Amino acid sequence: MAAQDAARANGAPAQPWWERRAADIDQLIARYPKARSALMGLLWMAQEERGWVAPEDMDFIAQRLGLSRAYVESTCSFYSLYHREPVGRYVIVVCGNVMCGLRGGESLVRHLEERLGVKVGETTPDGLFTLLVTGECVAACDGAPALQINEEYFHKVTPERADQIVQALREGADLVELSERIGLTAPGAVWEAGESA
Amino acid sequence: MKYEKVLTKGIGEVDLTRIENYEAQGGYQALRKALKSMTPAEVHEEVKKANLRGRGGAGFPAGVKWGFLPDDGRPRYLCCNADESEPGTFNNRMLIEFNPHLLIEGILLAAYAVRAARSFIYLRGEFRKGYRVLMDAIEQARAKGYLGDKILGTDFSQEIVVHRGAGAYICGEETGLLSSLEGGRGEPRIKPPFPAVAGLYGMPTVVNNVETLCNVPFIVDRGADWFLSIGTEKSPGTKIFSVSGFVRRPGNYELPLGITLRELIEDVAGGMLPGSELKAVQPGGASSPVLLPEHLDLPLDFDSVQQAGSILGTAGVMVFDQSVCMVRTALYYADFFSHESCGQCTPCREGTAWTARILRRLEHGQGRPEDIEVLKSLRTTMSGTTICLLSDFSITFLQSVLKHFAHEFEAHIQGRACLAERPREVRSA
Repeated sequence: MAAQDAARANGAPAQPWWERRAADIDQLIARYPKARSALMGLLWMAQEERGWVAPEDMDFIAQRLGLSRAYVESTCSFYSLYHREPVGRYVIVVCGNVMCGLRGGESLVRHLEERLGVKVGETTPDGLFTLLVTGECVAACDGAPALQINEEYFHKVTPERADQIVQALREGADLVELSERIGLTAPGAVWEAGESA
Repeated sequence: MKYEKVLTKGIGEVDLTRIENYEAQGGYQALRKALKSMTPAEVHEEVKKANLRGRGGAGFPAGVKWGFLPDDGRPRYLCCNADESEPGTFNNRMLIEFNPHLLIEGILLAAYAVRAARSFIYLRGEFRKGYRVLMDAIEQARAKGYLGDKILGTDFSQEIVVHRGAGAYICGEETGLLSSLEGGRGEPRIKPPFPAVAGLYGMPTVVNNVETLCNVPFIVDRGADWFLSIGTEKSPGTKIFSVSGFVRRPGNYELPLGITLRELIEDVAGGMLPGSELKAVQPGGASSPVLLPEHLDLPLDFDSVQQAGSILGTAGVMVFDQSVCMVRTALYYADFFSHESCGQCTPCREGTAWTARILRRLEHGQGRPEDIEVLKSLRTTMSGTTICLLSDFSITFLQSVLKHFAHEFEAHIQGRACLAERPREVRSA
């Protein structure tokens, strides 16, 4: 994404990601007995490169896999983790299922709305954060309330911890490192003796 | 009581994502044993004898499932269902993130037993860390000769392909999983034909849950008799219970099947939170009917829980206290199932949406007297009328609370305050 932005800023035509990553694409397709199975992997690749799945990404995937454009879009639109519109650099998804909801998830959503100045479904004006709530349980019920940012986990997110996470990302923290450092409790603690809320 | 950990041994103590640590505690011994001294049929027989029942929810014996594959020369595929999405369940995620080599070894053994041409792990899209861990573990295993061509110098070759889902609960249903793995919408297919006969790309396919496959190395290594000595007669082995809700120590606990609900909640999970009284328990995820305090001495095995009117399911044990409103909880689930219905079948697509709509108006104090009868009638209109079981399972919790907590529904309709002790804010959709 950053490389393309830089290229555009210099007035040069940006090389599409599928040309740059042709070898990765071939390798992905080769893993499967049938090429069509690589469709979801290619959609993930597009989203990693662009932050979302654009119409031209679907055009490319359809052509590369020999599928109709409508087929690609029908698959893409079935899955809630693919964004078919531009989103913020960090997509915050708060778990909205029962266990997180009962243990502070709902007030966490309100807190984040206030802190980020956006409603659920919206992106901050600086393009950094999109706030979403999922009805799907994110499989972190012992760490309720939990959220994910670009599919990285954060457990037991109190309002203070939410502020800490947002602040760290604004200051350029590495997401994966941040999740490992403050998002997850040590396995022993999380899985066997998670402290009571 | 202290129980021996099997699948979770070492988790939280050593870094089992490093292959040398996994090997140091006996890892990949079973694979070596099977490839060097057992035929595929012998591995299959051992798993069958162990009566390893599927840990993903249905409790169907894995060895019997493997036996359904027709021997007709077509390529066979093995799919590990790692799309763990059942609300209240988080044990597969732990196994994947903290013990990936156990899963890889289990897949290799199962692939050997069923003579699979290729194996797939259908991994939930939300498990990005799990994806990194698995991809790394696969390369470690390959470097050691446990995976790839001519494994450990034998004629057995196998590749494991990790396929990332992208946020769809229905892909945990085995035929929805196969549709998704083929690059399509995760829409379930009518059975029969079952995947064993016409699965991935129309070929004979086995679909097994993560935890089920993680049991296989131990059965091969220590034998079926050892496995049968744990748990109950009809539900042998251990199960990882994911406990959440109003207990002191929520978490994953590996225990013999047949442990009582009381021991799980009061001893293992540290009891209820201060000020919390047990109101109801779902023993196996969102689709399991509630158990009540009177069931505390119920043994948690597949058959006992079923006899008590619920299901062990995924063993995602959700513990509710007196502050939890059952109408509101039912609304949470209704919203969830409505969103996750794939939309193919009218009773499910329309039924889940209307269930949510009716419960929402109840929750907002605008319920109508006839709503309770309408909700009860879903038992006939939404059960047994669709391609897969999402529709049936979307209303099992609701039916159980309509029965056991009818007064809460009536109070909502009569416009009285919510009966839960600490009613919380109404959730707007």
